[in-house]
Amino acid sequence: MDVYLPIANLSVNGLVIVALGALTGVLSGMFGVGGGFLTTPLMIFYGIPPTVAAASAASQVTGASVSGVFAHSRRAGVDYQMGGVLVAGGIVGTLIGAGLFSLLQRLGQIDVVINLLYVVLLGGIGSIMARESWQTLRAQRTGAALPARKRRHHPMVASLPLRWRFYRSGLYISPLAPLLLGVFTGVLTMLMGIGGGFVLVPAMLYILGMSANVVVGTSLFQILFVTMATTMMHALTTKAVDIVLAVLLLIGSVSGAQIGAQLAERLPAARLRLVLASLVLLIALSMALGLGWRPDEIYTVEAL
Amino acid sequence: MRIWLALLALLALTGARDPILVPEVSQHEIQVRQGFTGTELLLFGAILTPDGTRAGQDYDIVVVLKGPTRSIILREKRRIAGIWVNADNTEFRSAPTFFAVASSRPIKQIVDDKTAAIYELGLPWVQLSPIGAYDPAEQARFSAGLVDLMQREGLYRESPRGVSVSEQVLYQARIALPSSVQTGSYTAETFAISKGRVVASAISRVEVKKLGFERATAQFAELYGFFYGLLAVAISILMGWLAGRLFALV
Repeated sequence: MDVYLPIANLSVNGLVIVALGALTGVLSGMFGVGGGFLTTPLMIFYGIPPTVAAASAASQVTGASVSGVFAHSRRAGVDYQMGGVLVAGGIVGTLIGAGLFSLLQRLGQIDVVINLLYVVLLGGIGSIMARESWQTLRAQRTGAALPARKRRHHPMVASLPLRWRFYRSGLYISPLAPLLLGVFTGVLTMLMGIGGGFVLVPAMLYILGMSANVVVGTSLFQILFVTMATTMMHALTTKAVDIVLAVLLLIGSVSGAQIGAQLAERLPAARLRLVLASLVLLIALSMALGLGWRPDEIYTVEAL
Repeated sequence: MRIWLALLALLALTGARDPILVPEVSQHEIQVRQGFTGTELLLFGAILTPDGTRAGQDYDIVVVLKGPTRSIILREKRRIAGIWVNADNTEFRSAPTFFAVASSRPIKQIVDDKTAAIYELGLPWVQLSPIGAYDPAEQARFSAGLVDLMQREGLYRESPRGVSVSEQVLYQARIALPSSVQTGSYTAETFAISKGRVVASAISRVEVKKLGFERATAQFAELYGFFYGLLAVAISILMGWLAGRLFALV
């Protein structure tokens, strides 16, 4: 099924794009990550211009997180106060990200920086996740109890001035910490076309020390609003949002997200995390090869 | 009268009189709309004497189809401190977005490099108009890089035996355009070459335009970015919400 993309200026196989959306949708439903980290590189690999890929992936993440937010809010899994702070930071982050994007574009290093970010972030988080799920799996097999993790926020968070109570998260910390975290993920969303969920979820757990039952819902809440802001920002600045591409991705991802959410309840969580971790590491590795060994293309063209 | 005919025959035989080309294109307008996967253009025509009879001589035919040009920056990656970064760049003021050359024989056998360069016959001779004074070796490296890149994207192509000439009169060439062609005005230039000299040339034009929904979308995105963004956001939310509702029923 050939579909012509009016902004990307080329025709693609629509079914491939829908399948790609479905794949990331399943992931997003299972793990509460947006799946943008997978869509963007795969679309670029398929031949879609990188800017269009990053700009259109954001709206796919919006769609995949909407139903998740509804589902989590029904069982009180969203800390709106924390989410609000994160969103405020996220919107500031997309503004900064937009500035950085055009600055890096002028310097001609945007693709290098994006690749570097992917390698560092995916590599780092992938390894943490792999190690953790491996430990859990081994503990399950041997029957030995895991050392109980003390839920505590990072000492740096405690040193920040001004403290608020976040009841649902069970925290009494400075709002500056989630604000900065929001800014950081906002920048990433704008630069990499990702929702930032795979950064946000571990950061909420291990840096902020939020209680686990509101982490996924609140992360989805933040992703929802930040990706909306990103889509707007791209529509206004790069003008690279391809609505036909976005709809194709959405068809796959919104249904995939539902299937993923149902699968998550049935499949063993630790093994799933190990699968996700290896996937993340695989992408990081392929990007690292492009950076260190040999890129796909030596020359790149940019219109003036 | 007889003298004139004899003279005409003589001229025709010696080929002293230049022929004229009557070119035609299968489509003067290529419509880019939903389902467009690229198209194939048939460029054909006749080689005639000025008074309309068949030229009756073997000419080499070269057809050059050239898309709209644009200014570009070409960046070159180099390995610095272990990673590949964009180290060098150059600007071209008139890089064609599409360039295809078809000829009846390989260009090298038809004309010398000088003539080929003048008429842009062949990919090594695409006029790119580099900006700024660079040394020729560097310029050649960049041009070769661009041509190679565009060739692999199917936007620059060369077919050394892509033109067939039948009965010394009719020529035809097929040039494929991929779906990623830019919209705008394309020129198809046909050259008749004899003994390494271009003896006749003719131009015909092809318009590539977006139509209908594709055109509207592109314009909407360009002119009303804010509302386009709102629409994209609204669609994503609606689809996400709908899927949630539908699956709740299942």
